Amino acid sequence: MSILLNKDTKVICQGFTGSQGTYHSEQAIEYGTKMVGGVTPGKGGQVHLDLPVFNTVADAVAETAAEASVIYVPAPFCKDSILEAVDAGIKLIVCITEGIPTLDMLDVKVVCDREGVRLIGPNCPGIITPGESKIGIMPGHIHLPGKVGIVSRSGTLTYEAVKQTTDAGFGQSTCVGIGGDPIPGSNFIDILSLLEKDEQTEAIVMIGEIGGTAEEEAAAYIKQYVSKPVVSYIAGVTAPPGKRMGHAGAIISGGKGTADEKFSALNDAGVTTVRSLAEIGNGLKKAAGW
Amino acid sequence: MNIHEYQAKQLFAEYGLPVSIGFACGTPEEAASAADKIGGTEWVVKAQVHAGGRGKAGGVKLVSTKDEIKSFAEMWLGKNLVTYQTDKAGQPVSKILVEACTNIDQELYLGAVVDRSSRRIVFMASTEGGVEIEKVAEETPELILKATIDPQVGAQPYQGRELAFKLGLNADQVKQFTKIFLGLAKIFQDCDLALLEINPLVITSEGNLHCLDAKLNIDGNALYRQAKIKEMHDPSQEDEREAQAALWELNYVALEGNIGCMVNGAGLAMGTMDIVKLHGGQPANFLDVGGGATKERVSEAFKIILSDANVKAVLVNIFGGIVRCDLIAEGIIGAVEEVGVKVPVVVRLEGNSAELGTKVLAESGLNIIAATSLTDAAEKVVKAAEGAQ
Repeated sequence: MSILLNKDTKVICQGFTGSQGTYHSEQAIEYGTKMVGGVTPGKGGQVHLDLPVFNTVADAVAETAAEASVIYVPAPFCKDSILEAVDAGIKLIVCITEGIPTLDMLDVKVVCDREGVRLIGPNCPGIITPGESKIGIMPGHIHLPGKVGIVSRSGTLTYEAVKQTTDAGFGQSTCVGIGGDPIPGSNFIDILSLLEKDEQTEAIVMIGEIGGTAEEEAAAYIKQYVSKPVVSYIAGVTAPPGKRMGHAGAIISGGKGTADEKFSALNDAGVTTVRSLAEIGNGLKKAAGW
Repeated sequence: MNIHEYQAKQLFAEYGLPVSIGFACGTPEEAASAADKIGGTEWVVKAQVHAGGRGKAGGVKLVSTKDEIKSFAEMWLGKNLVTYQTDKAGQPVSKILVEACTNIDQELYLGAVVDRSSRRIVFMASTEGGVEIEKVAEETPELILKATIDPQVGAQPYQGRELAFKLGLNADQVKQFTKIFLGLAKIFQDCDLALLEINPLVITSEGNLHCLDAKLNIDGNALYRQAKIKEMHDPSQEDEREAQAALWELNYVALEGNIGCMVNGAGLAMGTMDIVKLHGGQPANFLDVGGGATKERVSEAFKIILSDANVKAVLVNIFGGIVRCDLIAEGIIGAVEEVGVKVPVVVRLEGNSAELGTKVLAESGLNIIAATSLTDAAEKVVKAAEGAQ
């Protein structure tokens, strides 16, 4: 078992014939991902990487029964691409692109929630179930099939956590990069609830960073609903408060959002927190008793 | 992206919101003659910088003669204004806004922001305007009224009325407030704002609502579709090194320590700063070279880091995901040779072809210290920085 994605998940790529779409689709196919085609408007009927290209997501779903889509199109077109995938009945959308306007995401999030679509990202490395399938830009070779579920707001920090759990021999069940944008498609709680239910996952690593209150909300959720050991690291203890023009951001967060506040909320929830990102592996040994 | 008060007020005026007649002036003479154009016997002069807290810092003044306007402009134009929201150097003043004077009866607060938790635009209003509103939020949160905008239907008049009645406004003011509220919601949508703030929104002695200040922050990701606002960009309000870094798509923030950091990925960059501090060092900067760490960009990153004279050692921390570490190692060597790096450089490479990369660095004959792990790297760079002092 794993969450969201396994070796049988049929995946299409939006922005398939572009340079990013091409490169990462090649990597995904090599890793074992069941890629069944791609979408590039105007190139329908062509064959790319030995797979069919479609003009629309609806065509791709009709022909291939695709269940998931990965999006590599440029930021100005992502809202359109995500909504197209939703309308075509795709239930798992992974948007890698960074730089999507925040107001676009407000609209996208409303539609995804209404239609019961799981959106991961934007501005994220994607999802990987090691040894089975990957949707995204993470390097497959650092992963090892195993028992740790990882959820993170940061790409390269996820890789650090992956490497430490691989080196320790624990391996990963599924790793999800939820992305660093203010309005992510999925938040920590969405993924924590899936990992809690997943039989393969025996412990969870949650990697956060300063800004917003997603980690505080996750801490409250963990306290009530998560029975598995959780290890957490928050980046940004040394980051100074940014230069701000106004105060509205600080008001809405009610003074929350610093690394120290996040650490203390997580500690209160019984989470094993580590102050050095090099200690994630050791934190797991302690938390899970491995 | 931030814009100046005078630019925000021009935008407000286009949307029919009540703002003072005013002129943004670049010279003392221009400022003095603006008073003639406005008329009357009293004016307000305001230094234009991207920061709040200007009044307390002497950047806002009520004046009654043209000589006063001139001397205020002479005092501030070309100088830096330091407020509690700026750094120690302050922000340069290149425009003075000369405005008609408004007689104030009461000061209110009105702001809006994209709230991450509810994933909605949220408006906030308070009777406690004109002061440091974050203190109000912290000490008396019940005095901050909120209205949440549904993205599918947008702001509705009843939401404006609800806020207005709770603020204790009279019937006529409720109408005015609702119009301002709906206008601001439209600006927020039309202009891709991340934040807007009117502090204070005043009730004049004639009993009318008036936007006395205006702060707008525009979502940087949306500038491609905000051509008019993009033109309002004032690079003088940004840190020079940060702006230079942005040209190379490097994300740089200057700090006050002595250990320069070059890292790929924003999260890892913050994590690297944290681990340096944990081992007794002080990071001199945050720098994310991004996913495509080419030789040219690594070289530029070194130049920017070393333009800070406090830097006594540099830590390079790269987790090679898709990119190969041996190529990055060659980039580092090329950059160190080209830039002429005099301080010790500690390099930690991990991931794709990391061993080969480390070998390439070791054989380069340069002052590059290879680290075997993150902790090792932090310890070595802290030691190197101490040794250099």
